[in-house]
Amino acid sequence: MLELSNITAGYERGKPVLRDVSLAVARGEAVGLLGPSGCGKSTLARVAALLHRPDAGTVVLDGTTVHDYRHRAPRALRTTVGVVFQSPRQSADPRLRLRDLIAEPLKATGRRIEIRERVDELAHAVGLGGDLLTRGAHEVSDGQLQRACLARALVLRPRLLICDEMTAMLDASTTAALVAAVEAYRRETKASLLAVGHDQVLLDRWCDRTVSWAAPSAA
Amino acid sequence: MADIRSIRAVRPVRDIRPNRSTRTLRVGASAAVMAAVVLAVLLVPPLVQLDEQAVDLARKLQPPSWQHPFGTDDVGRDLLLRCVYGLRVSLLVGVVAALAATLIGTAVGAIAGAFGGWTDRVLMRLVDTFSSVPHLLLGIFVVAMFRPGVWPVVVSVALTHWLSTARIVRSEILSLRSRPYIDAAISGGASRRRVAVRHLLPGVLPQAALAAVLMVPHAMWHESALSFLGLGLPAHQASLGNLVQSARGSLLAGDWWPTLFPGLLLIVPTLAIAGLAGAWRDRLAPRRRSELML
Repeated sequence: MLELSNITAGYERGKPVLRDVSLAVARGEAVGLLGPSGCGKSTLARVAALLHRPDAGTVVLDGTTVHDYRHRAPRALRTTVGVVFQSPRQSADPRLRLRDLIAEPLKATGRRIEIRERVDELAHAVGLGGDLLTRGAHEVSDGQLQRACLARALVLRPRLLICDEMTAMLDASTTAALVAAVEAYRRETKASLLAVGHDQVLLDRWCDRTVSWAAPSAA
Repeated sequence: MADIRSIRAVRPVRDIRPNRSTRTLRVGASAAVMAAVVLAVLLVPPLVQLDEQAVDLARKLQPPSWQHPFGTDDVGRDLLLRCVYGLRVSLLVGVVAALAATLIGTAVGAIAGAFGGWTDRVLMRLVDTFSSVPHLLLGIFVVAMFRPGVWPVVVSVALTHWLSTARIVRSEILSLRSRPYIDAAISGGASRRRVAVRHLLPGVLPQAALAAVLMVPHAMWHESALSFLGLGLPAHQASLGNLVQSARGSLLAGDWWPTLFPGLLLIVPTLAIAGLAGAWRDRLAPRRRSELML
């Protein structure tokens, strides 16, 4: 499903955050990526989600070798991957209501007809009930907003879900609910998962296998 | 797991604004003043049909009275009527120049912020270059190229006042561009245009609109300054700057009304616009405490 080979990536020229890293996620497999803060896990997640161009190395996604990133990546390839970031506050457009937030990818890809049905279905799946969908992002808690962000990541039915420290800012019950929602989605669709985090207990229980990184990778 | 429906949203925003009644009073007074000013300049000229240039040398320099509430000037023209016409010109210049300056500033700032790299560097150095010249001097240079009139003043003010808006818009776009929600939108299949139109521009529009409103009094003062220096509107045409300029001589003789009233008409709308813009800014960003820059 996802093959990252010999990836070197960073944000400043000559100062790579990642050096020569390889990682593969098979179809239907759940892989946990464990490592201390600052070791480049999130950068690798961004590369895998086609959001950051690596300085060297190849990314093969769903059998296609990736040449372009961000807006230049073909839309169909981009939407193969769903991403959930660490901070829901930062990853939600502050002007949108939760319903519009979840529906945004459907609107962006011209699939407006599916909105009503799909949003209600996902809201139920991630446990957003009552009037929460009509509230703005600033009117809900972090946990509720992260549920909406997970729903947004799932709305286009991605074949690979990347959770970058998805539960780092949440309490135990919300963590359990979100992990359960991800697993229910994966059972239904056989999607792959790349879960990035630093909670070994969680990743060991959640994923089929866990890859552990030592501090500053392969430096 | 707690029932999510029972969890109420909390707003941990500490209110640092003046208390509610002071705010309401300020906004109400500002709105009333602006409404009066706008109605006066829109309705008086077409309805009253008096000649604001009518000279009556027998009644020159009369102090305020029931017949001439603002008094008369040194050739016997009614000052109230001239002030209304002057305010009309000043407001027109203020609004049009502020809109134009904001359009230029938003366009330059958005292009610099969204494209980055060399485009950004070149445009921002251009902004620095413009800022390094005192803008009254630059404005004088622009009006000097044309015959005196309203439009050269508008152009002069617009061309010298887009710089701060460009800086504000650019920095807002830069800070929005690196937010994870832009990444999320890209990952959700949004096109470059959709990200710009739906996520970036709406984020800067309130700031740009606020900058435009605050620019109106600034542009009015600039117009007055140019007219006061004799470089703005032709001397016979009423504008607040011209009125103050032509009344300088009589002020030394102790006649206070020809300078006081045009001056007040410059100050009072400025404060009213600042009051309204301040209230708007508080709604936009309650947590941000920045002083209004006029």
